[in-house]
Amino acid sequence: MNTRGKVFKYPDNVDTDVIIPARYLNTPDAKELALHCMEDIDKDFVKNVQKGDIMVAGWNFGCGSSREHAPLVIKTCGTGCVIAKSFARIFYRNAINIGLPILECPDAAEEISADDEVNVDFDTGEITDITTGKTYKAQPFPPFIQNIIRCGGLLASLKEQNEND
Amino acid sequence: MGMTVTQKILAAHAGLESVQPGQLINARLDIVLGNDITTPVAVNEFKKAGFDRVFDKDRVAIVLDHFVPNKDIKAAEQSKTCREFACNHCVSHFYDVGKMGIEHALLPEQGVVTAGDCIIGADSHTCTYGALGAFSTGVGSTDMAAGMATGKAWFKVPSAIRFNLFGKLPSNCSGKDVILTIIGMIGVDGALYKSMEFTGSGVSELSMDDRFCICNMAIEAGAKNGIFPVDEKTLEYMKGRTEREPVTYTADDDAEYERTYDIDLSKITPTVSCPHLPENTKKASELSDVKIDQVVIGSCTNGRMEDMTAAYNILKGRKIADGVRCIIIPATMNIMRECIERGYVTAFIDAGAVVSTPTCGPCLGGYMGILAKGERCIATTNRNFVGRMGHVESEVYLASPQTAAASALKGYITEYKD
Repeated sequence: MNTRGKVFKYPDNVDTDVIIPARYLNTPDAKELALHCMEDIDKDFVKNVQKGDIMVAGWNFGCGSSREHAPLVIKTCGTGCVIAKSFARIFYRNAINIGLPILECPDAAEEISADDEVNVDFDTGEITDITTGKTYKAQPFPPFIQNIIRCGGLLASLKEQNEND
Repeated sequence: MGMTVTQKILAAHAGLESVQPGQLINARLDIVLGNDITTPVAVNEFKKAGFDRVFDKDRVAIVLDHFVPNKDIKAAEQSKTCREFACNHCVSHFYDVGKMGIEHALLPEQGVVTAGDCIIGADSHTCTYGALGAFSTGVGSTDMAAGMATGKAWFKVPSAIRFNLFGKLPSNCSGKDVILTIIGMIGVDGALYKSMEFTGSGVSELSMDDRFCICNMAIEAGAKNGIFPVDEKTLEYMKGRTEREPVTYTADDDAEYERTYDIDLSKITPTVSCPHLPENTKKASELSDVKIDQVVIGSCTNGRMEDMTAAYNILKGRKIADGVRCIIIPATMNIMRECIERGYVTAFIDAGAVVSTPTCGPCLGGYMGILAKGERCIATTNRNFVGRMGHVESEVYLASPQTAAASALKGYITEYKD
């Protein structure tokens, strides 16, 4: 599995309030919520993002609230992957649970520039910046988490486990 | 190898003799919590996965607190989803308007959570209950759905940072100044994935409300949880209140901490977090040229009785500065009633403040105090991110109830001196 697309670059400490402002949280509808993804720091993101595009950010991406709406709107916009130097822990958990691929890779997050064309191979954790020709290797997920992703999320993995028991 | 309090609670709930940092475990849950924003998403996931019953109707808590009394039609629909789910599954800890309070003030008050518990909540400030000596952490809606269905959750056992507290807080400081000082020191990801273990002789000097406030903001340093040891004050607080017997864990002498910070409480000063990150802390005394338009005293961080008393002692018989809106929000109905009985509400109104029914409202920019472009608020809440309380060009300064109330009287941020 892979994703390939254009890079949208963001700084350190991107919080869940800017990913999806709470003023819109009066609906659980992902498509409606996704219209406002990132609008407080990048009002053109929703207009410009194409399926498979990649967010690249600094330290502590997704800090703040536990709202699962945050990874959900990023995924619903068509974003193929988020690469960051590090992720806030609830965001990290939520992204895995809903099946949004995320990779921790400080070097890639530092060096990749906005608008670069990047390919991410989820099986190997290899990140290729096609624009610069450089490749990076992200930390692979532990097998336990790989299984959740393979099943398509936490609840799907629980279902599979129940059927096997 | 010795274990921390957090590690001991996790080991006990995973049915293991011991655990190590980094170990993945599946732990039994004592309480699974959600609110009116996160529960509807969890209900969808729960149904989609084909679950038809919760693991234990007495172990699920659903609190409508973010947008109630409902701010608009869509919010009302979300509350309705929660109400129907709670009714269909006979959820015993369901708190609707009239009974509700801000979840993290309400659950300890009602005795739903207790020492030694392992708790998840689909709200990042679920870490508050560490004040009781429980392991409790924020998760998302899918984890809440899985927790409601199975009574279990997976965790990576966290490593720990120790905060050795000693001395006694000056009278113009509270738990809020302690946690803001710590976040300013270690940064918003200074405890990422780790537990913050508060220990030392200074613990006994801190009230339960101080401890709730300190644990509440552990997430603002990126932590998985914050936790205090159980002492006489904790036992006294829980007595006659908690449904289940508290279980007390103490850290092993050879427990491992990645780092220990020594915090002299007597050196803490009134502290304010400036926009737009909780780590941007300054002394309140350095910010006296910052003019404010609004003051919010409330939230899961500082809407408890001691916070109301601190505000009352400063505001009684005085007047809020012209041009300042002061919004006071007691966190639960019990606190609200006590504020009425003690005459606080009358004093707040006489000072020119408004007093609201419990709600998270303005803290997350929901309603009940939204800021316009260029406006500035000093708030006892927990986050000051871009656009958190309204317009993207508005500003939130985080402070203690004392600092917020004193600033309300001046119209500028000010250090309270008693």
